[in-house]
Amino acid sequence: MISLTRTFRRAFGGRSDAPTAKTRAPSRARVLETPPIDIAANDPILAYFHAGSGAVAIDDLELDSPAVRALRSAGVKLVVPLISQGELIGLLNLGRRLSDQDYSTDDRRLLEKLAAQASPAVRVAQLVREQEAEVRARERMSQELRVAQLIQQQFLPKSVPNLPGWQVAAFYRAAAEVGGDFYDFIDLPDGRLGLIVGDVTGHGVPAALVMATTRSVLRSEAPRLVAPGAVLARVNDFLNDDIPQNMFVTCLYAVLDPADGSLVYANAGHDLPFVRRGDEVVELRATGMPLGAMPGMRYDEKQATLGPGDVIVLHSDGIAEAHDPDRQMFGFPRMRKLIGELGSGHELIDGLLDSLHAFTGPSWEQEDDITLVTLSRAAKGAETEHVLLEFEEPSAVGNERRIMDRVASSVREVGLDPKRFERLKTAVSEAAMNAIEHGNRMNVELPVHVRVTRSDTELIVRIVDNGGGRDIPEPETPDLEAKLEGLQKPRGWGLFLIKNMVDDMRVHTTNMHHSIELVMKLDGTKGANDGRDA
Amino acid sequence: MAATPEATAPVRYRDGTAVVDLPAQIDSTAEHALNGAYATAADHGSKTVLLNFSGVEFLSSTGIALIVGILARARRDGRKITAAGLSDHYKEIFEITRLADFMTIFADENAALGGAR
Repeated sequence: MISLTRTFRRAFGGRSDAPTAKTRAPSRARVLETPPIDIAANDPILAYFHAGSGAVAIDDLELDSPAVRALRSAGVKLVVPLISQGELIGLLNLGRRLSDQDYSTDDRRLLEKLAAQASPAVRVAQLVREQEAEVRARERMSQELRVAQLIQQQFLPKSVPNLPGWQVAAFYRAAAEVGGDFYDFIDLPDGRLGLIVGDVTGHGVPAALVMATTRSVLRSEAPRLVAPGAVLARVNDFLNDDIPQNMFVTCLYAVLDPADGSLVYANAGHDLPFVRRGDEVVELRATGMPLGAMPGMRYDEKQATLGPGDVIVLHSDGIAEAHDPDRQMFGFPRMRKLIGELGSGHELIDGLLDSLHAFTGPSWEQEDDITLVTLSRAAKGAETEHVLLEFEEPSAVGNERRIMDRVASSVREVGLDPKRFERLKTAVSEAAMNAIEHGNRMNVELPVHVRVTRSDTELIVRIVDNGGGRDIPEPETPDLEAKLEGLQKPRGWGLFLIKNMVDDMRVHTTNMHHSIELVMKLDGTKGANDGRDA
Repeated sequence: MAATPEATAPVRYRDGTAVVDLPAQIDSTAEHALNGAYATAADHGSKTVLLNFSGVEFLSSTGIALIVGILARARRDGRKITAAGLSDHYKEIFEITRLADFMTIFADENAALGGAR
């Protein structure tokens, strides 16, 4: 409140040295230019002002008040409190009268009337200023967040590796504040694959920069050293020299040989990955200090094997440490149980996120970054699926064409006949537009996730948005006559078109996501010449 | 690919028919151009409006809605809408959406003008 008084004086004090006052009594005008007087919150004079007794003659006050002394020494004779809705918002300070006489009862009445009328206007001006300051602060914050987000997005993989006989899926979503989660895939000699999941302490730009550094060092050391323990030890020493104090990085690094499923891993204080083997879910244990905490650390190396049908889930604490409205934690046991019950790949990720949302409730504000990476080995005799392309595009109008073009170039090698190729393109652009407009409501911060896979029998384009919780309506045949009569809006062709362009359309809605799978059969039995059986 | 925001659809007149040369991209970015072109043709008093698709590379469901909107206005105004220069793919889409039931589709502009006469 006291600072409001200052604001008031700065904003309106200038008016009192109007030209007339200045020319006629320059010495007195200067009185009004004295610097703002700070009034402590416990100063007894505040009670006087609040009492609502109107103008206060400063010289008549017998109070042990620093503010009164300051007002006196500034030459203030009369103070009229400005009160708005019971709150003291400023003071009208007057020096000596030009005539050197005391202020009369009429003067006081006039001043009190003026104060009563000026108060609401002053309050409005103060609120506008506060609002402006708040907007500026918010803009600065969101600018910083955008930078952090940009760094993070830049350093997260744009796609997942395509390993025959394996299904790799990844999910990352930043918390509002943007934490320091990261994951990565590194191609290693002899066809091996490096898998990384990590978490930098802290948030925002500093965490994003440390994350970017860690990732770069890992990327440069991993192919040379390969052995996970040695890689983490090297990265730890490197980070120790550069990392800001009180910051460190937890990181799990695993090397997979896709040929036989053998996995060698080391852990720098990160959450333990889960492995599902049949009905059993186990944690892969390995201990080690976080990176950047202290130099000269050694990291144990452990081994595991992922057999046919096995799944490994690497994650950060964003899920397990999420809270429900009663502050109960989601917890690792719950995660472990779910991993045992769910499918693999995106199905597993969606299932986990769905349960998380059911647990936290709809009003939950994500507390920390969420990262999930799953690697599933195909069961014996299972059909192998190849990922042709996986990417994300921001939800901006026009990106439906980008998505269409990117998918089109990735499926060219599949050799669809030109007619079916064009149909798929139309279906993809329509599904992408629905994801951008309806799913993500044109929020450019929300990505549209696209994954193109093929098996021996199907080509599948999967398009995922964040519009979960609302069902995608069943595609209906639009009533063209009604539209032409003006009885219905001309729009509403998207889903109908998609359905007629592809051999199959599979829609899936979870609490968080919509996904639509556009399926083109490759076995030549269906749709090879026409494709629409509607 | 923020598509050309100033998509244009110039109107030419041939043998009493207003020929609208559609922009490459028929989606929300073409709304202004398309509706403007129809209004121009209507002001000119043309009884037939030929939509020339020969330069169209991309037609979305929003674009289809725009064409439905124009077709609805033309029916109200007692005006005829025809189309020419559609690719095989978009011709198929006109059939699936049944737009082809409400507007005659010609192979190209000359065929349309010959047929419209």
